[in-house]
Amino acid sequence: MTSEPAMPPAATAGDTITRVDLTPTQVRPPEVPADPGPVPGREVVFDLSTVEIFYGEARAVTDVDLDIARNEISAFIGPSGCGKTTVLRSLNRMHDLTPGARVAGTITYHGEDLYGPKVDAAEVRRRIGMVFQKPNPFPKSIFDNIAYGPRINGVRKRSELEGIVEQALTRAALWGEVKEKLKSSALSLSGGQAQRLCIARALAVDPDVLLMDEPCSALDPIATARIEDLMEELKETLTIVIVTHNMQQAARVSDRTAFYTAEADDNGRRVGKLVEYDATATIFTKPSDPRTEGYITGRFG
Amino acid sequence: MGGAGFPRPAPPSQNRGTVTQTLDPAPPSPLVGGPRPPGFAVDRAFRVLAVLAGLFVLVVLVSIVFVLFDSAREWISFEGLGSLFSLDWEPVNEKFGAGSLALMTLIVAALALVIAVPISVGIALFVTEIAPRRARLPIVFVIDLLAAIPSVVFGLWMLRQLSQPLADVYADVHGAVAGVPVLGDLLGSPSASGLSIMTAAIVVGIMITPIVTAITREVFATCPLAQKEASLALGATRWEMIRGAIFPHSRSGVVAAVIIGFGRAVGETIAVALVIGASQRLTGNLLAPGDTLASIIANQFGEASGVQRSALIGFGLVLLLLTIIIGIVARSVLRRANRRFGVV
Repeated sequence: MTSEPAMPPAATAGDTITRVDLTPTQVRPPEVPADPGPVPGREVVFDLSTVEIFYGEARAVTDVDLDIARNEISAFIGPSGCGKTTVLRSLNRMHDLTPGARVAGTITYHGEDLYGPKVDAAEVRRRIGMVFQKPNPFPKSIFDNIAYGPRINGVRKRSELEGIVEQALTRAALWGEVKEKLKSSALSLSGGQAQRLCIARALAVDPDVLLMDEPCSALDPIATARIEDLMEELKETLTIVIVTHNMQQAARVSDRTAFYTAEADDNGRRVGKLVEYDATATIFTKPSDPRTEGYITGRFG
Repeated sequence: MGGAGFPRPAPPSQNRGTVTQTLDPAPPSPLVGGPRPPGFAVDRAFRVLAVLAGLFVLVVLVSIVFVLFDSAREWISFEGLGSLFSLDWEPVNEKFGAGSLALMTLIVAALALVIAVPISVGIALFVTEIAPRRARLPIVFVIDLLAAIPSVVFGLWMLRQLSQPLADVYADVHGAVAGVPVLGDLLGSPSASGLSIMTAAIVVGIMITPIVTAITREVFATCPLAQKEASLALGATRWEMIRGAIFPHSRSGVVAAVIIGFGRAVGETIAVALVIGASQRLTGNLLAPGDTLASIIANQFGEASGVQRSALIGFGLVLLLLTIIIGIVARSVLRRANRRFGVV
């Protein structure tokens, strides 16, 4: 994995590393203060209870019970095929686009049933933004990429759009690099810049939640570090859920971590399930389930 | 295979001096003049065949141009280069200008595109994005079937079934827009038979719909899922996703489809000849009869002789050049679009 080098990468000209501490000690620090547990007054954004997700007849994930709180970063970790991305995509109804996909159980968003009959999926996705594994800018100019969301929300005035674009790019820590070339194609950006562009594009519609599906897996360590810094800043105003294959990333950035795994059901099919969900420090230092411990210490997965 | 079949390194020899003697390699056969591997002859034969096939196309093209030009020389020298494209086609008065026919050819083709492109894009979007998965293949099959119908059948169907009803529609439309500037002239007083430029454009439009649909459908289908998801994840509705993700991705591909459709429309002959009404006077009235470069060849070649016959062959040459120019324009449009955004 590109984001787990043995040594901190050398800085190249033009890049500033504000924080690169990728040392393994991060995974098991010697002394960690006891998990404070759920903070009273923690505002729940998502509440999932007995969630199961099907692709056609096949059950992909089962038994997901967790809540995600405001202004926290929640990380979903687990081996391939454990359903962490599947659960993430259920949070902004991306499964609506997959023929045969079905979500059972209840998912509430600020207390409202996310899959209620009167809920409009497009409206859901306006509030719950998503950043994908591979940067996917539109084949348009940088400006038009960012302005896409505001435009479909009915913002027409050029001056207003310019303000939104600048603000979104600034929040995504990309403004300084692209302000001179807003009219050039977004496809000319590097991988890390393109991913920050995609984050900026998601921020431009002023979402309440940002879902990130392995946002750094296609990026080098420097770009990864920048995105992680960015998440830390965005957390002040947003709720973030991130799926990551990189346990150290989960340990570095998240407040709470959900560990998923895949186990064979009665018919021998592998089904993903949530094993444990707790404060990140707890998951990485004294997990209550042996499967979690096995995974984070590298014994399986 | 892995490393299993790999020869193990020989154990180090105790006596280095004897190694060369025990191995004693045979001298390698010379690169030139040695025995050929068995595939060599086949490879050479294949290359000759491929080159011949490539040359064949070239020979055909060159001989078409040569023969057309040779037969059209009489017309070219009769009219003189300056008036080849004059607007007068009056064989009785020995006027053989290609201008009005070339213009009407372009009018029919452009009008056919106006009819075919929205329909094709609509069908392509329906098939790729909206229709349930199971219905997609049958729809595609039916549309492709449309492409297999011979041109003359389309022409006869239009002539027998639709030209009279269309004449009534034209009359109503003309009545509705009479007096309106531009529109009133474009949709002027209709021909009683219904045979007109508009009728020809409709039949050509129907005929080029399958090919334009097929190309746009393929272009739409290649829009990466990541692009569509990017759009939907920003809260786009399906239509906004189509506009925001699929259209930008497909821009140059659709342009190519349009230009290919245009090329076909320009060359369409027999269906147009049957329904356009065969009038060689240039008119801006789309509801009046006209004639195109291709249809006049079909309609008049049998009775033509002398300079007129030579002129009709010359029209074939003009048609050929027109389609070549369209092809070149198409390529440059595509290249420019690719340079700008690097997408198909």
